[in-house]
Amino acid sequence: MTTAPDRKELISRLQKDILQWEGYKAPPSGTRELVGLGPVEGAFPNGVFPLGTMHELVCGNTEQATACGGFISGLLSVLMQNGGASLWIGLSGNVFPQTLKVFGVDPDRVIFINLSKDKDVLWVMEEALKCAGLAAVIGEVQEIDFKQSRRLQLAVEQSRVTGFILRNWSKKMGSTACAARWKIKPLPSETLDSLPGLGFPRWQIELLRVRNGQPGNWIMEWSQGRFKPVSKPVIKHQELMVG
Amino acid sequence: MQKRFMAIWFRHLTTDWLTLKQPELAAIPFVFAAPERNRIIITAANPVARAQGVYKGMAAADAKAITSNLQVLDHLPDKEAKLLRQLGLWCIRYSPIVAVDLPNGLILDISGCAHLWGGERVYLKEIVNKLRTSGYNARAAIADTIGTAWAVARFGKKTPIIESGMQAQALLNLPPVALRLEPLILEKLQKLGFSTIKSFMLLPRTVLRRRFGEGFLLRLAQALGLENESITPLVPPVPYTERLPCLEPIRTAKAIEIAIQKLLEGLCTRLQSEGKGVRKATLKCYRIDGKLVQAGISTNRGSHSVSHLFKLFVLQISKIEPALGIELFLLEAYRVEDIGVPQEKLWAGNPGLQDIALAELLDKLAGKIGAHAIHRYLPAEHYWPECAVKEAASLTETPATHWRTDRLRPLRMLHAPEPIEVMALLPDYPPKVFTYKGRRHVVEKADGPERIEREWWRDKGEHRDYYAVEDTSGQRYWLFRSGHYDAAPQWYLHGFLA
Repeated sequence: MTTAPDRKELISRLQKDILQWEGYKAPPSGTRELVGLGPVEGAFPNGVFPLGTMHELVCGNTEQATACGGFISGLLSVLMQNGGASLWIGLSGNVFPQTLKVFGVDPDRVIFINLSKDKDVLWVMEEALKCAGLAAVIGEVQEIDFKQSRRLQLAVEQSRVTGFILRNWSKKMGSTACAARWKIKPLPSETLDSLPGLGFPRWQIELLRVRNGQPGNWIMEWSQGRFKPVSKPVIKHQELMVG
Repeated sequence: MQKRFMAIWFRHLTTDWLTLKQPELAAIPFVFAAPERNRIIITAANPVARAQGVYKGMAAADAKAITSNLQVLDHLPDKEAKLLRQLGLWCIRYSPIVAVDLPNGLILDISGCAHLWGGERVYLKEIVNKLRTSGYNARAAIADTIGTAWAVARFGKKTPIIESGMQAQALLNLPPVALRLEPLILEKLQKLGFSTIKSFMLLPRTVLRRRFGEGFLLRLAQALGLENESITPLVPPVPYTERLPCLEPIRTAKAIEIAIQKLLEGLCTRLQSEGKGVRKATLKCYRIDGKLVQAGISTNRGSHSVSHLFKLFVLQISKIEPALGIELFLLEAYRVEDIGVPQEKLWAGNPGLQDIALAELLDKLAGKIGAHAIHRYLPAEHYWPECAVKEAASLTETPATHWRTDRLRPLRMLHAPEPIEVMALLPDYPPKVFTYKGRRHVVEKADGPERIEREWWRDKGEHRDYYAVEDTSGQRYWLFRSGHYDAAPQWYLHGFLA
């Protein structure tokens, strides 16, 4: 008969073994915080943001899609920092390149492809994800089913490109083969000392689903060229001050 | 290599064409006629009319008098040029250099072409037969010079093929008009009793020059091959071209694939040895029904990789309609560029936009979805938001200026600003409440105004005062007021901020 702490240790060891068999290697120490997401990265297996897989971002309206765009651009700045290029395949084609620079991305290294049909976006995305030289591929679609996402996931497993799917105005939320499902919502910003004007963009980052990890909920700000976690007590404190 | 030319003469170009178009006219005598000095003069007559004694240059009234049911049609100006152009384009399957020779002929530079058909005799027969079966009464001749070919095609009685260097013998018995001379000189020659070329060919040049001028001597020298004569090709020849004539007409996609593969192998070997790469290429397929179908590709960087170019063409095969069959494939690389030998990179570095794989990916995408859907942007030095970025011309173009980040700009900008209903507390203040697409947003925070003047040298209109606003739920918008606040201005939503 094993005791409770023994059992806990056993289970955690088994989980680690399973992760290893599934291909998740524990990173060598000192290489954490790969994408600068801070506490969010702790939700993933081994505490590493999974690159070379598909990520799915769900958004219900253009405002959320814009927040998702900001969030992805923040990640892109890290993914593209050693000179890579990326593809942004859009249904709307309304991304304003100049603003990407604010998020640390060189807009001239992003190639925009404007299409009108989900089918075309998925075809282009699959072709692009097979191209190992790219840093990331972002695709905006309305609907994607499991089979389509599986195809994309298989493509990235070969090339190790990171793919992002932005699901705008999606009607049904079926399961997909993506490593993570995110929901990014804009939040009211805070200005220093309640000065007038807009503060740094602030988002509620929900990790709805994550393979082998812990879903969670965080608040992040984009300030001075990086993600900055906003802890909730501070907000409460500030609210009290304002009130 | 000895140059060889072929001259084709269409004896009854316009009447043949009309008979082809309206077969019922074949049995009726008809002529084309045009007014000239207050008379209607016949410019062309069909075989039935000619059999009844009507000839070119006759007055239409006289012709009507000698025939019972003559149809007189209006002369069509420039029709010959158009017809010859079409026929010339058709003839490109036999030789890449084809020139129109007004008013009723074509000149083909056939140097190095005839052996592909098994000799000049077969080649000539093939062309003349094809033209005759398609309804044009044509005569052709081959010679070393344009002048001799022209003369023999029109006036030759023996053989249409003049062996190399035999121009003088061929011309001996032909009339002077075979030398393409001006009517005035011809008249003079006739008066002096020169009825054949041999009667004056051997006279001293000084005598001839004094009587008939330099132009006459030039024509004679051109026909004999002592002077060069150039032609203006209908289609400028493309330096990098591969041809593939087919024994049997090709109709299947698989066969087209094989043809493309073969053409590319030939072209790419040549390009590789010269250090060039294709930027733009066209595959022209000549069908047996006389139509031309073509498919084009373009690449982002010069390429001489058979497999890559093949992939691009395969995407286009569905656009090639073989119909009854394709008899000739022509691959033309009409834009090529020098390409450097890529250096192997030992240490890993991300090649970014210089990546060959990326360029090949974009070529492939452009083949399927069209190049117009693919964009890359560079900063432009304009404050006006619609002009702040410009399209990059190529993958390698680098930004000439910095990307500006000092002004707040939306992450998503609408293609055209959309009008909104606003309520502003004070005239020059940001709006307190605005309604966009039926939804009411209460503005909590705002930045602005940022006035952006219209560039008066580009277009006229009102300036814009931009505000970045955030509503109660944290959603951010980029709004502007068009024009001054005192004239009941219209407000617009122009974008969404992240």
